[in-house]
Amino acid sequence: MNKRTLLLITLLTAGTCWFAAQAEDTNNVAATSAAPADATPKPDPAGTATGASSDAQDAAGNHFVGSEPTPLSADDKKDATKVKTYEDAKKAYADYLAQVKVEPLAVKLSDSVGHNRVAINFMWTLVTGFLVMFMQAGFALVETGLCRAKNSGHTMSMNFMIYPMGMLGFYLCGFAFMFGGLGPIGTMGNYGGLNGEWTINLFGKPFGLLGHKGFLLQGVGYDTAAFALFLFQMVFMDTTATIPTGAAAERWKFSAFMIYGCCIGTIMYPIFGNWVWGGGWLSQLGTNFGLGHGHVDFAGSTVVHMQGGVIALIFAWLIGPRYGKYDATGKLVHPILAHNIPFVMLGTFILAFGWFGFNPGSSLAGTDLRISVIAVNTMLASATGALAATLWMWWVRSKKPDPSMMCNGMLAGLVAITAPCAFVSAGGASIIGLIAGIIVVESVFFWDRIGIDDCVGAISVHGVNGAWGCLSIGLFADGTYGDGWNGVSGTVRGLFYGGGMSQFWAELIGVTTCFVTLSIVSIVVYQLAEKLVGNRVDKDVEIEGLDVPEMGVPGYSGMVLDKQSETPMPRGEHYVPRASVAAAAKV
Amino acid sequence: MKKIEAIIKPFKLDEIKEALGELGIAGMTVIEVKGFGRQKGHTEIYRGSEYTVDFLPKIKIELVVSEEQTDEAVDAIVKTAKTGKIGDGKVFVTTVDDAIRIRTEEKGAKAI
Repeated sequence: MNKRTLLLITLLTAGTCWFAAQAEDTNNVAATSAAPADATPKPDPAGTATGASSDAQDAAGNHFVGSEPTPLSADDKKDATKVKTYEDAKKAYADYLAQVKVEPLAVKLSDSVGHNRVAINFMWTLVTGFLVMFMQAGFALVETGLCRAKNSGHTMSMNFMIYPMGMLGFYLCGFAFMFGGLGPIGTMGNYGGLNGEWTINLFGKPFGLLGHKGFLLQGVGYDTAAFALFLFQMVFMDTTATIPTGAAAERWKFSAFMIYGCCIGTIMYPIFGNWVWGGGWLSQLGTNFGLGHGHVDFAGSTVVHMQGGVIALIFAWLIGPRYGKYDATGKLVHPILAHNIPFVMLGTFILAFGWFGFNPGSSLAGTDLRISVIAVNTMLASATGALAATLWMWWVRSKKPDPSMMCNGMLAGLVAITAPCAFVSAGGASIIGLIAGIIVVESVFFWDRIGIDDCVGAISVHGVNGAWGCLSIGLFADGTYGDGWNGVSGTVRGLFYGGGMSQFWAELIGVTTCFVTLSIVSIVVYQLAEKLVGNRVDKDVEIEGLDVPEMGVPGYSGMVLDKQSETPMPRGEHYVPRASVAAAAKV
Repeated sequence: MKKIEAIIKPFKLDEIKEALGELGIAGMTVIEVKGFGRQKGHTEIYRGSEYTVDFLPKIKIELVVSEEQTDEAVDAIVKTAKTGKIGDGKVFVTTVDDAIRIRTEEKGAKAI
């Protein structure tokens, strides 16, 4: 596979997406035969038509600007309750129109109020999105700190490049696949141009599979609300994208990583993402089968973290452990130490800070005051996670508190609270974080025991605790929030608060689907990279350190790194430096 | 001319430098090294797995002195570096064939 062919494939993909964008640019009213002309959602690229009196609400979400009720169909007219509701709504609208005649200024003011509300929500979504973008730096520092100095340039580069690559893939087609069929963006002006979802019918129910509007943010995608949503969702996708680089670090070819980078934003992430957040079938489990509110995931324990964790698991498993860490029987004989604990902890704090954008931002509304509860729950879970992991290591599993586990514990708590943060109390959040802190320690030991080398604990922090986070909704959701979630009326309620098991089953189905789907997708992508360029670097490159052979420059130029003793060498092995290294050392 | 190589605990470096200065010895070379002696290494634990720590950080001082000053220099180093605990280090003395000062190209005893 040469560079010319690769370039051709890239151009073909981009071209296909561009053509798809043109085809979806339906200002062509004739295409939608039944819909009246003014029902076709018009994109608003200048932001001059977004936010009006229809967006003005009170604290409970009640709109006070009347709208004309939709006329009843012939079938509906037979239903007495529907007729009564229609008559009441018609009268209320008539009263509203009478009021408008008396106070025309009030209408103008309510337009402004509605616009301001939408503006607050835009600002909130964008600024929290900026915080999540900063998490890229956090991940880079954590991963690099936990790996060895001789690979620092390469590890940092993977975390750096994944940001633009994931973003561009998401811009090309990932966003369209994931959110093309979302429907009206409720908190940001109700723009409904993203209304194309490929749906199949199974068991007589609609199963949304993938969106198909908004390619290259053109046509119906070129709208201010769609752009705000794109930015916010893109930084979430990049969070998933950067997780597997930690698990496969220190032995992954940069070219193979780039191939993964092309796939993650375009197709790997959006499939499951559409099923949960894009209006797809996992979110429809409630309306279709009465399973709670369907698979609920407020800010992405499964959509973001578990997806990343499963990809990390598959890649770490297929690429094999680092040289020298395990012996021939698979027993861990030589732990590979972190080279920079300050990086790890600084990175963890940056992630914890960014999480204040991750969780509260997922309300997509600064006007939803639940954001204070979400933020505090996030914070508490991070604290109990860190403390639980530290004490579990210190008192139970090891003789000393381990700085790397302290950080893994905080992150595990954050991952676990990501799904339930809006639906639980402070006590629930603390317990969820505490359990996460213990789970992550045991999980790290488990993967090492079965010979899967995860350099940074990504599988344990993101995969395992992502699953725990969603399952905990089915247990700890206390019924104070979430009325109407995924189209199911009533608040979200878990087992411990009288909700029964149905929410838990919905979460379990989502978690299992995530594991199965992402395993398949990851194996496909890994094998693609294997066929094209090969994933694992040569052994002597791995021993030398990937910085110079793969990237061309050392991470710490001028410093003498003790590479031999950094690399555990099984007794009897004879290390022969590569030809260029040997020549330089006059060996 | 004799070369004195002393492997010492890192925190003793400043004291030894001052002690040698009092004898009129004004030059030395210092290298950061790792080493161990007869004491065994110990095990530490990282993410639940044990690993051995054999090598400890040490400082190696190298200096070339005249034959007359050798004994008092070695004495000063040994007395200053001694703590009485294991890991204090060792001193080696070897003979130097020649010494040249690069700036003036002086040779022999004048170069020290």
